[in-house]
Amino acid sequence: MVLGAPDADSAELYAETVTEGDPSWAGALAGVSLGLPVFHIMEPVIKDQIDPALAVEHLGLMEIALDVEKISGVLERLRKSC
Amino acid sequence: MYIVSSSAHHQPTKPVVQGVSYFLAHVPGLTCHGSKPSREIKKDPPLRESFRSHLRTFEEAVAYPPNQVFIGNLDPDDLAHVPSPWYKHPVRDGSRWGLFGEIMPEDEFYGMMKICDEFQLLLLEEGFVRAVAVKLRQHPLFSDADLLRLGNGVSLADIERQLADGATLPMYDRGGRLVGCVRTGHEEDPNLTAEILMENLSVRASGALALRHQVAATGRAEAVDFLLGGGEEAVGDRYNRGGGNMAKAIGELCGCSGAGGADIKAFCSGTVHAIVVAAGLVASGIFSDVVVVAGGSFAKLGMKFQGHLRHDMPILEDVIAAIAVRVGRDDGKSPVIRLDSIGKHEIGSGSSQQAIFDKLIAQPLDRLGLKFTQIDKYATEMHNPEITEPQGSGNVPRTNYRIIGSFAVLRGEIQRADLDRFVEEHGMLGFSSTQGHIASAVPVLGHAIRKMLSGERNNTMFVAKGSLFLGRMTQLADGMSFLLERNKGTQGGV
Repeated sequence: MVLGAPDADSAELYAETVTEGDPSWAGALAGVSLGLPVFHIMEPVIKDQIDPALAVEHLGLMEIALDVEKISGVLERLRKSC
Repeated sequence: MYIVSSSAHHQPTKPVVQGVSYFLAHVPGLTCHGSKPSREIKKDPPLRESFRSHLRTFEEAVAYPPNQVFIGNLDPDDLAHVPSPWYKHPVRDGSRWGLFGEIMPEDEFYGMMKICDEFQLLLLEEGFVRAVAVKLRQHPLFSDADLLRLGNGVSLADIERQLADGATLPMYDRGGRLVGCVRTGHEEDPNLTAEILMENLSVRASGALALRHQVAATGRAEAVDFLLGGGEEAVGDRYNRGGGNMAKAIGELCGCSGAGGADIKAFCSGTVHAIVVAAGLVASGIFSDVVVVAGGSFAKLGMKFQGHLRHDMPILEDVIAAIAVRVGRDDGKSPVIRLDSIGKHEIGSGSSQQAIFDKLIAQPLDRLGLKFTQIDKYATEMHNPEITEPQGSGNVPRTNYRIIGSFAVLRGEIQRADLDRFVEEHGMLGFSSTQGHIASAVPVLGHAIRKMLSGERNNTMFVAKGSLFLGRMTQLADGMSFLLERNKGTQGGV
């Protein structure tokens, strides 16, 4: 699962939904633990697979705007705990 | 100076924003009819009780700091001094009346919805109507004609009989007391269901109250030449879904007897598109007095309620918001819409954030010969983060301001290390409810005008984006922008 969430908090919420299940216990994934590995598109392991010119065109600006380190940290922790 | 005619009437003029009004209706009883709550409560009926127990009182909605900013009693910058969460720090001297408009309680708003109802679609209980009539008589924007339209109401038994058909929608107050209902407009027409008619009556009612406030502030309702609807509703029947014309339906209730009208549709950016069109109509001399009006976004009531319940917070999307913006000929004092500043997202622009902001901000600034840092403030999607963050949608304005600042970094106008300072100086905290087109840049208009009139601010850039993919017709993005500038007092040419 690849996310494009704008910050660490929302990335964590979406990641939890497709790993442990919907934390709001309201949607279709309430209590359903899919255990999917979740990455953010800005994490090097994903971004490096994209054509560099395309990455600059579509992600260059957002890479400056987003706190990529913080988002990566949250997702890395979740991946380890799964 | 470019003059196409010597006649004063046809002389090109700078379009100015002469006034803006805002209106909020606090509607806890209608919130369960928002798209998300109505779907979730249908799937899980016991949810209704916890939903209801998290609804705010009118006093709580009035004292909520972002709502006081919306109607002009606080400045957006004041929010930085209110501790978080804002809903736990009410404004002590908060008022329903504000510099730009008002926050109306639910019972009065139900009365206004009834006043908007020309086809006996909405029934209100007679005792409820009597109490509402007493209150509306005290309200400065209601007339005897309005009270005649309000009528006398019907018995509770009549309402219960109507509800038995299964196609009628109940109207409750905050406590869950049945006070009325909305009937279907045609039993075989999916465009005239009770749900759609309830939505459209609330749009007409909220838009009309925003326009009444605007007319009360700037005067001469009958002088308005043209009304442009900037909302996201779809009015029409099975042969003309979304045909409109909400603008005229609203104007009819506000004394705008000399106005024509039409609706402009562009998703969340519709209101900003309409302001740009209004500026063009005035500058060209086609019309000289144009009002952009938009009622609220009923479907978005309670949209993020699951996040609010999860955090045991009050359901904050319990208001319907509306706006009216009067655009006229240069009067030498009102802020000017710079016609050479208009940014538009083009079909061939691409849909990346980069492409959108390039078209809406960078290219207009290049045309004007301005740097990013020469814009005092940017107005973008002004969603209140306290509403969006609990449901994982992030802090929308902060993300937007960081993207704008990142553009300035890419162009070498600021250092990466200065990004946070750029956001602080040229941005502001989100204070609008998540009311789609209403939240999109335009909540800042009133504050910007006030500061330009007092000389505290030179300019503000308004940037609105839209998501066309939602209608399943195209993957294109959308957007429009304009620069509003302090009037330097020279009247006349473009």
